[in-house]
Amino acid sequence: MTRIFLTILLVTSILSSFACVQKGGTGTTTNTGDTIKVGVYGDTSGATSSFGQSTKNGIELAFEEINKAGGVNGKQLQMVFEDDQGTPEKAKTVISKLISQDKVVAVLGEVASSNSLAAAPVAQEAKIPMITPSSTNPKVTEVGDYISRVCFIDPFQGSVMAKFAANTLKAKTAAILGDNSSDYSKGLTQFFEQEFTKLGGTIITKQTYAQKDQDFKAQLTQMRDQKPDVIYVPGYYGEVGIIAKQARELGMNQPLLGGDGWDSPELWKLGGAALKPAYISNHYSADNPAPEIQNFVKAYQAKFNVAPDSLAALAYDSAKVLADAIKRAGGTDSVKLKDAINATKNFAGVTGTITLDGSRNAVKSAVVLELNPGASKFDFKETIYPEGMTPPTAVATTANSNSTVNSNTTANTNSTNTATANSTANTNAAKK
Amino acid sequence: MDTFVQQLINGLTIGSIYALIALGYTMVYGILRLINFAHGDIYMVGAYTGLFIATSLGFAANPSMLGFAVTLLGSMAIAAALGMAIERFAYRPVRKFSKMTTLITAIGMSLLIEYLFVFFFEGKPRPFPLLLKVPEWLPQFFQPDEFGNYILFGNAKISFIQILIFVVSILLMIALQYIIFYTKMGKAMRAVSFNLTSAKLMGINTDFVIAFTFALGSALAAAGGVLTAQYNPKIDPLMGIMYGLKAFVAAVLGGIGNIPGAVLGGLLIGAAETLVVGYGGYIGIPSTYRDAVAFAILILVLLVRPAGLLGSNVQEKV
Repeated sequence: MTRIFLTILLVTSILSSFACVQKGGTGTTTNTGDTIKVGVYGDTSGATSSFGQSTKNGIELAFEEINKAGGVNGKQLQMVFEDDQGTPEKAKTVISKLISQDKVVAVLGEVASSNSLAAAPVAQEAKIPMITPSSTNPKVTEVGDYISRVCFIDPFQGSVMAKFAANTLKAKTAAILGDNSSDYSKGLTQFFEQEFTKLGGTIITKQTYAQKDQDFKAQLTQMRDQKPDVIYVPGYYGEVGIIAKQARELGMNQPLLGGDGWDSPELWKLGGAALKPAYISNHYSADNPAPEIQNFVKAYQAKFNVAPDSLAALAYDSAKVLADAIKRAGGTDSVKLKDAINATKNFAGVTGTITLDGSRNAVKSAVVLELNPGASKFDFKETIYPEGMTPPTAVATTANSNSTVNSNTTANTNSTNTATANSTANTNAAKK
Repeated sequence: MDTFVQQLINGLTIGSIYALIALGYTMVYGILRLINFAHGDIYMVGAYTGLFIATSLGFAANPSMLGFAVTLLGSMAIAAALGMAIERFAYRPVRKFSKMTTLITAIGMSLLIEYLFVFFFEGKPRPFPLLLKVPEWLPQFFQPDEFGNYILFGNAKISFIQILIFVVSILLMIALQYIIFYTKMGKAMRAVSFNLTSAKLMGINTDFVIAFTFALGSALAAAGGVLTAQYNPKIDPLMGIMYGLKAFVAAVLGGIGNIPGAVLGGLLIGAAETLVVGYGGYIGIPSTYRDAVAFAILILVLLVRPAGLLGSNVQEKV
């Protein structure tokens, strides 16, 4: 076995070094000229390839807009993209390449927390700021002060779904089917369990699988016996689609709950009608009629001919946050740039107002979306705010929210329209 | 009890697929004493070929038993041709060298197929369309429920696809048994497996027999690929690695070179790993250790019976 892996490693590294040589030869621009090079890495050919594609698209759109408006400090932003095939080992290799060969001033990426965790130490050591658009595991930014993110973290995301399950779906018991090979899934499992138990629910069974598994019937059969009210599946879309299908085949009709890892256009092809009833926690809703969101959705749709998922929106925000920081730092000096990024405050992004806290995590609200496989889209369900963060429209929401729960929930389960209207009000108020 | 029966059905379903792949390993080993590492990738190629046949001939949009049969047979035929080509161009030229050379060639072949597919068809998983429809001519009594399940008793259910996997696997195994024991070609295969040089001296075209064996094994693996894709409708270029490895374990477990042994080994591994997921939690084995258990079983069996469950312990002359 070791021999096989070694051979694989050898072959891929040789191949990738060829690729590097080729790209290095053509891209001869340096940072001393009129461009600022920004490294982007993600998975565009592996098991989570839609994540990398969306991220790349989001950043491309943001850079295009910035460059059209005159660039940053008179310089144009240039993206240098590397595919890491969705594996931590490759992520580490490509970020090293971006930093040492392409001499990028900052790095944007990865989506999957395990990959970001593998790459972050390289950026930290080289003192190159890295902003991950969408890795939600808390450990990622703990690597060091050069690592930050523009999304919320898993303790919050896990608790959002637990609150939704307990308060809105009135679930008493839950089963968890987690991906044991991903830090993202393990984190969500832990925090969902904590919050759900705190709210008086019971986790009756926990099962695990490994990424790229194909058969989940054994785990699901075991769950079927215990009759949970809801099933929490904090995994990535590739496995989730099949899990949903197999659960329904076994006659399990419970609501399936998940996180932002489900957000991919591929999900509908894999899961189809089995993805109902199902709910996920996510960063933003493309249905939100707020003008800045709709402008982004329209521009993205026009350029890439596909609706932006939340990963594209976060990537777009991360690129804008970086550009804003370069502007404030007055250049690309890595210490000044890092300080500028970490000082980001009240930045109005597509996915909400971004303020980095002391641990360089963004404190933001989350949305709960209901899956609508008929139309292959996610319908807005409710917005949940983190503890301590008052919803921008405090007056309007106190009427609905439960004061005993720490978070204020603008729950509007009956009518999506009113709920969307609420969130519009929130975003508008946030801008003030 | 319902759950146990259900787990057993789940396990035997995957086990049947392992068995189909294991047959190819065991036949090639029986004849050439070669472990064909590229065999798991033929299984993957089978699934992809099935996808291309189904989408290009329009079976994906319009599921029917006929469409499924054409896809299955078409992908088996193409895989058989690929198996023969691999034997002809990769293994035959190095056959006269040491066994290690052929083994390394096999590993290289496996990586080549995998990464050619990653290169040409992207590494991302693709959904596989459902090609099957329960035929209308089945009487009402045999029509499954809305999820395609037949209820055995209580909560124990068997799906139409699972039944089909069992039926197709059993039919293919019977066909294989017939070819090996009741045809002239089968006799030649047995002769070659007994002693290649003597078979050659007796006027058997050993090159052709070996090519035929590769074709047969590859066709079975491709059938496994199409059947799995119906059961778990997601395929990717690296899907053959783990299935190939487990099928290899199954072949060794049953006694490599022994055909009923490969089937027995496949079913055992499938059932064992499913039961580990189902019941391992009660004795402290987390469900992610399903693969570890498959290999642990292999080691235990080989400690007690080095030739495998049904293998005969033949002294090799040096």
